[in-house]
Amino acid sequence: MAEEVTGSSPPAKSNGRRRGDGVFRSMTTGSSLVIVVSIGLIGLFLLIQAVPSLNANNINFFTSPEWATGEVGNLRFGIRDLLVVTVLSSLLALAIAMPLAMGIALFLTHYLQPKLARPFAYVIDLLAAVPSIVFGLWGAKVLGPALEPVATFLNENLAWVPLFSDGNVSLSGGGNIFTAGIVLSIMILPIITAVSREVFRQTPVMQIEGALALGATRWEMIRTTVLPFGRSGYIAGSMLGLGRALGETVAVLIILRSATSSSTFSFFDGGYTFASKIASAAPEFSEPLSTGAYIAAGLVLFVFTFAVNALARYVAGRGKAKAS
Amino acid sequence: MAKRFDIKDLNIYYGKFHAVNSVNLAVPPRNVTAFIGPSGCGKSTVLRSLNRMHEVIPGARVEGKVLLDGEDIYASNVDPVEVRRTIGMVFQRPNPFPTMSIRDNVVAGLRLAGVKNKKHLDEVAERSLRGANLWNEVKDRLDRPGGGLSGGQQQRLCIARAIAVQPDVLLMDEPCSALDPISTLAIEDLITELKKEYTIVIVTHNMQQAARVSDQTAFFNLLGVGQPGQLIEVDDTEKIFSNPGQKATEDYISGRFG
Amino acid sequence: MTATLTDPNRPAQAPAFQKISPARQFKNYLAMTLMGLAFLVAVVPLVWLLFTVVSNGYSALVNGDWWSKSLKGVLPEQFAGGVYHALYGSIMQALVCALIAVPIGILTAVYLVEYGNNGRFARLTTFMVDILSGVPSIVAALFVFALWVTTFGFETSAFAVSLALVLLMLPVVVRSTEEMLRLVPDELREASYALGVPKWKTIVKIVLPTALSGIVTGVMLATARVMGETAPVLVLVGYSRSINFDIFGGNMASLPLLIYNELLNPEEAGQLRVWGAALTLILLIMFFNLVATVISRFSAIKTK
Repeated sequence: MAEEVTGSSPPAKSNGRRRGDGVFRSMTTGSSLVIVVSIGLIGLFLLIQAVPSLNANNINFFTSPEWATGEVGNLRFGIRDLLVVTVLSSLLALAIAMPLAMGIALFLTHYLQPKLARPFAYVIDLLAAVPSIVFGLWGAKVLGPALEPVATFLNENLAWVPLFSDGNVSLSGGGNIFTAGIVLSIMILPIITAVSREVFRQTPVMQIEGALALGATRWEMIRTTVLPFGRSGYIAGSMLGLGRALGETVAVLIILRSATSSSTFSFFDGGYTFASKIASAAPEFSEPLSTGAYIAAGLVLFVFTFAVNALARYVAGRGKAKAS
Repeated sequence: MAKRFDIKDLNIYYGKFHAVNSVNLAVPPRNVTAFIGPSGCGKSTVLRSLNRMHEVIPGARVEGKVLLDGEDIYASNVDPVEVRRTIGMVFQRPNPFPTMSIRDNVVAGLRLAGVKNKKHLDEVAERSLRGANLWNEVKDRLDRPGGGLSGGQQQRLCIARAIAVQPDVLLMDEPCSALDPISTLAIEDLITELKKEYTIVIVTHNMQQAARVSDQTAFFNLLGVGQPGQLIEVDDTEKIFSNPGQKATEDYISGRFG
Repeated sequence: MTATLTDPNRPAQAPAFQKISPARQFKNYLAMTLMGLAFLVAVVPLVWLLFTVVSNGYSALVNGDWWSKSLKGVLPEQFAGGVYHALYGSIMQALVCALIAVPIGILTAVYLVEYGNNGRFARLTTFMVDILSGVPSIVAALFVFALWVTTFGFETSAFAVSLALVLLMLPVVVRSTEEMLRLVPDELREASYALGVPKWKTIVKIVLPTALSGIVTGVMLATARVMGETAPVLVLVGYSRSINFDIFGGNMASLPLLIYNELLNPEEAGQLRVWGAALTLILLIMFFNLVATVISRFSAIKTK
């Protein structure tokens, strides 16, 4: 009697009638196992198929900007430029989206009346419903050209900042990291906002009322109670956004113009991110060794996003522990 | 079909915490036994251990024996699901299933056990609703959701649901604490009728209620903070309320603490 | 506050309320303005984008052929044909994906809420679900390519796309279902146990039906999300200008794939098709979102 008890459950005794319980329990456990195993398989399969190509690679995988996988006998591929473009565009996106998301989340949770906040929040969520290929389309055809004067202005006046110096593609049309980063920032805005909104809303009412009762203005109340309370959630949400930006594929693929020379570490570069490089070559995945080069790039992206997401989780978990 | 309970040396633990200490109690059939006592004294815990509902709480375990007509409900070959089919329970707050109609709520226990015969189910529904003094109020809207009833009606619906599976014993965990006085009266009348057929154990905070409905009263108390709850005494209700054997019981009943 | 004791002009009586200093007031208003502006800044691209897509694309949609014909035999510069084939592909791939992902997702959520008891395996699962929700769609596509095509030797197909979409849909379904199951009051579970109903029946007949509308909402939102995914279709299935009903073989169009391919078509007719398909895709996704909203509005879990 009185054996260990699971969840909100009576313990299942293993005599005939409880077979239904056993079967159902196994089904649910099995499903969880599918998820756990598939993550492991993703890493494993990418690794297995990347290794032969990495062995056949004739240049340094991490430091070379070159990417030539056409000749199976002479594979030359390195991810330096992919890394640079991916990181630059994602960080630009994050730099724009983070303050905006914080402002929006505070606006929705602590300034608007609840009645209005709902439809307003819905508007932001609508952004998440727009598929990435449409963002790419709009970025390449509408926003890019519209941003061209801004890019030209920054390039002419701030060229001494390396990030705004001449890139490896022409400014015309806006097919550069600058445009891509801005589009990415719009795409990751909803997730950062949604997470921040959730934590800001959970600020204990007692703390808020305490601050207000001391004669704090609304902003002072936010600064002293809401922001400290929601900080880790906000950071975690931003990390999730960063993860999205790092892995975004088709929008970047459509927007960025391919470059003939290697990256100059400027916002006005073109080129490929990990994801867009893989997608661009997808129709030609036939030769295992050259496909393996792209799979190696995918593996790096996977590890990268895994790390960012795990970090987000860690930050969020610590915040939760502190709050309770 | 009503059966008797014999509780022998029952100890209940939540993890390392010793919640209830050594309860010995006999509950005769066709009789209402009331558990009274201050909050946290373990009376609800004891009640829930009588049909193994405490096992829902992680870490809860029981030592000792609970005999239903001489059979230990904690014997290793006894299935808790079978125990609960035999010993029904009504909870503090009415909890009809929100996705089901009134009729389906009443026969939920049977249907989930696989009874499909519609005529039989309808008969059981009517008999149980009559048994719970609810039939006249709901007979025209059996297909409406159970959540649309008033609190008192919902609680009687839950009683109908509990007696539809024809248990031998009914456990009631403060069944009136969420109800208004008129609904409370209706439930109390119902209890008096139900005891003709069932063995009933009821936990209540309301001493007048215990005095009104029960034949036997058990008083539980805490000896101190962090100490396990104790059964102080059990006797005929009349005796407990007129001439209790223990000072603590008298203090509690006369309102000097608790 | 400004009046000090030495101030000769101080009023005989202190004011009833202490005034807030201008600097504090200014900061307060500035913060409010900035936050409102942030919201507006976010609305601008949304409106701009939607306006662009609608104004460029709607004329394609008003033609009846758009919904009932494919692009089979249509020349690049010809204003003719429709996206029937791509619509079929998009919906079919999402449905097949949902067919696989929904049962696994719901069962996993049931495990986490009803059986996991926050044990080690439950925590591992939650962690993996989080990680899975962060896996980029291109990585999911590559994985399915490495597994399905390279290792098992199957050809690329719509089904392979669905498999990749499963990985993207699963975490959304698990999360939303989990949330809904946790909202089901324990009292209902107890009521069912007290009637002598075994645990699995309690879950199937009481807990899941109570949470059903919320679960369906989550599934609809997840389906809408995977419909817009482009990376898996780029990697895992070829584009076809005509209809293909076979999900296990051959090329199959979908709206994102059609957009991507027609982008290469410089003709005006091609551009119209691009924007038209973009608008169609948005409408399709909006439709699923709308249905989800309606369902959730209809029946939230009643705890009373």
